[in-house]
Amino acid sequence: MTETPNLVAFTPERLEKVKEIIARYPEGRQKSALLPVLHVAQEQWGWLSSEVMDYVASILSLEPVEVYEVATFYTMYHLEPVGKHVIEYCRTGPCCLMGGEDIYGYLKQKLGVEPGETTKDGLFTVKEVECLAACGWGPVFQIREKYYMNLTRERVDEIIDELSK
Amino acid sequence: MAIKILTEHINVPGIETFDVYRQKGGYTAVEKAIKTMTPEAVVEEAKKSGIRGRGGAGFPMGMKWGFLAKPDGVPRYLVCNADESEPGTFKDHHLMKSIPHLLIEGMIISSFALGANKSFIYVRGELMYVIRILEKAIEEAKAKGFLGKNILGSGYDLELIVQSGGGAYICGEETALLESLEGKRGNPRNKPPFPAVKGLYQSPTVVNNVESIANMPWVINNGGEAYAAIGIGRSAGTKLISASGHIEKPGVYEIELGVSVEEFINSDEYCGGVRKGHHLKALVAGGSSVPILPAHLIMKTANGEDRLMSYESLSDGGFATGTMLGSGGFIVFDETACIVRNTWNFARFYHHESCGQCSPCREGTGWMEKVLHRIEHGHGSMHDIDLLVDISKKIEGNTICPLGDAAAWPVASAIRHFREEFVWHITNPKEASLPGAVYQGAMELV
Repeated sequence: MTETPNLVAFTPERLEKVKEIIARYPEGRQKSALLPVLHVAQEQWGWLSSEVMDYVASILSLEPVEVYEVATFYTMYHLEPVGKHVIEYCRTGPCCLMGGEDIYGYLKQKLGVEPGETTKDGLFTVKEVECLAACGWGPVFQIREKYYMNLTRERVDEIIDELSK
Repeated sequence: MAIKILTEHINVPGIETFDVYRQKGGYTAVEKAIKTMTPEAVVEEAKKSGIRGRGGAGFPMGMKWGFLAKPDGVPRYLVCNADESEPGTFKDHHLMKSIPHLLIEGMIISSFALGANKSFIYVRGELMYVIRILEKAIEEAKAKGFLGKNILGSGYDLELIVQSGGGAYICGEETALLESLEGKRGNPRNKPPFPAVKGLYQSPTVVNNVESIANMPWVINNGGEAYAAIGIGRSAGTKLISASGHIEKPGVYEIELGVSVEEFINSDEYCGGVRKGHHLKALVAGGSSVPILPAHLIMKTANGEDRLMSYESLSDGGFATGTMLGSGGFIVFDETACIVRNTWNFARFYHHESCGQCSPCREGTGWMEKVLHRIEHGHGSMHDIDLLVDISKKIEGNTICPLGDAAAWPVASAIRHFREEFVWHITNPKEASLPGAVYQGAMELV
């Protein structure tokens, strides 16, 4: 059997960040770094392929399955390729009371996609998520780390225009 | 003006920085605790304060601290639960992003009290921007000698770590949170052993909510007795209420426990009333999992007494006519809200968020979602109403963690108080399944 070279690797800056994360935990508890390190991986690759997960496993001295079972449990990790911007809108009760269904319907119609789909130009992926803890400022969606709150159809137009540039 | 323990300085420009927070009296409680008090004395003040867990369970925090096992040579941990995910609840989000040093100061005091040298703040991963705010604040506090080795020359060391979650409501359950913090799926643990004996890394651990811990600086500065004197009876202190839904001014408000529900909804200091031109139909007072109340049981209890914002008054009448303060996620519904649709929405949430470990919850939440979906979309039968009640009863109390109860209660209470609305959906399927259709029957409004 021949060793296949690692096709994936963190950038030097991210590798430093990963080492800093691992160092936070007591000796032998590096598995605690898994969720934060998966966020760093997703930041770099946009989604978590099995190659990326295997790479993370090797860095943390874990079995690959320990990474898969975590990545598939938590909703923030993308297990398939996504567009440049992932729009995650809150579909839970309070946001719907604030007109969320209308706003999200408009968003999907505007982009021509259903939840889980990516626009043909690869710019936007739309995902439905549960409560984002911003109920008083709904309807709400999140794009990467940014929260967009008190959404209206006009605001959706502005955001999409801005990100389409 | 009502007393503000957590939010007095929340709107001060620059309060997210160490310097401004310090100018406003910040970190004096750390100085007082570490320089002049023993850890036991700090625990004693927490007990005297009577403060109850603000995450939803309402368990006395000082008593929880008192359960912490202290075997020799074994590290102890404090973990702050900042996984705020209960629909309707956004107070911790607001507090952490606006005044991060308040939580950090509380964490230092609480860690000192418990003898923890490494403490964690577990924040839901979606709030990455808040995590960055907290990490920056921690760096500032460290640079000023309030964190790290030998804090204020006392010999006490504390490292404070912000952990990001990955998106899972269940991790707000304390043992699921600990599993997640260990880098695993968020499956709740069987209890006992309780975290106080075997928690993080099988070591004694206390898990407390953000708001609970953020009260500690005030408790230390003013004394536990002063805290206990605020509020009403066993509902001591203030509470952050996340107000959302059909009100004039959604937002986070700090109330003294014991304010009337009527005042909270109608006063301009708080919600500013139900949105103009509309009427109050229903209320979820403490986050999506607590029983929903119809209009006639919101302002007054079944006995005709004023309903107050307190643990006791909100639960007056039990589940037959009362509810719970829970996390303080206060969701207001006016007459345009369809209870069936909202109940289906919440059931879908719990189905999505069930960890899948216990069959009654894994299967039952899915069944409830499906049955509610068909009622809402015009395919229900009268038998479905009793079927929902039956499923909810079979979930409740039959799971490792409270998510099962949390999923069962909103469904059971919606049917208990709004049965005729479910019947209308079933007997008028075409009309009821139109977008925006709402039952206009003999529902009592306020």
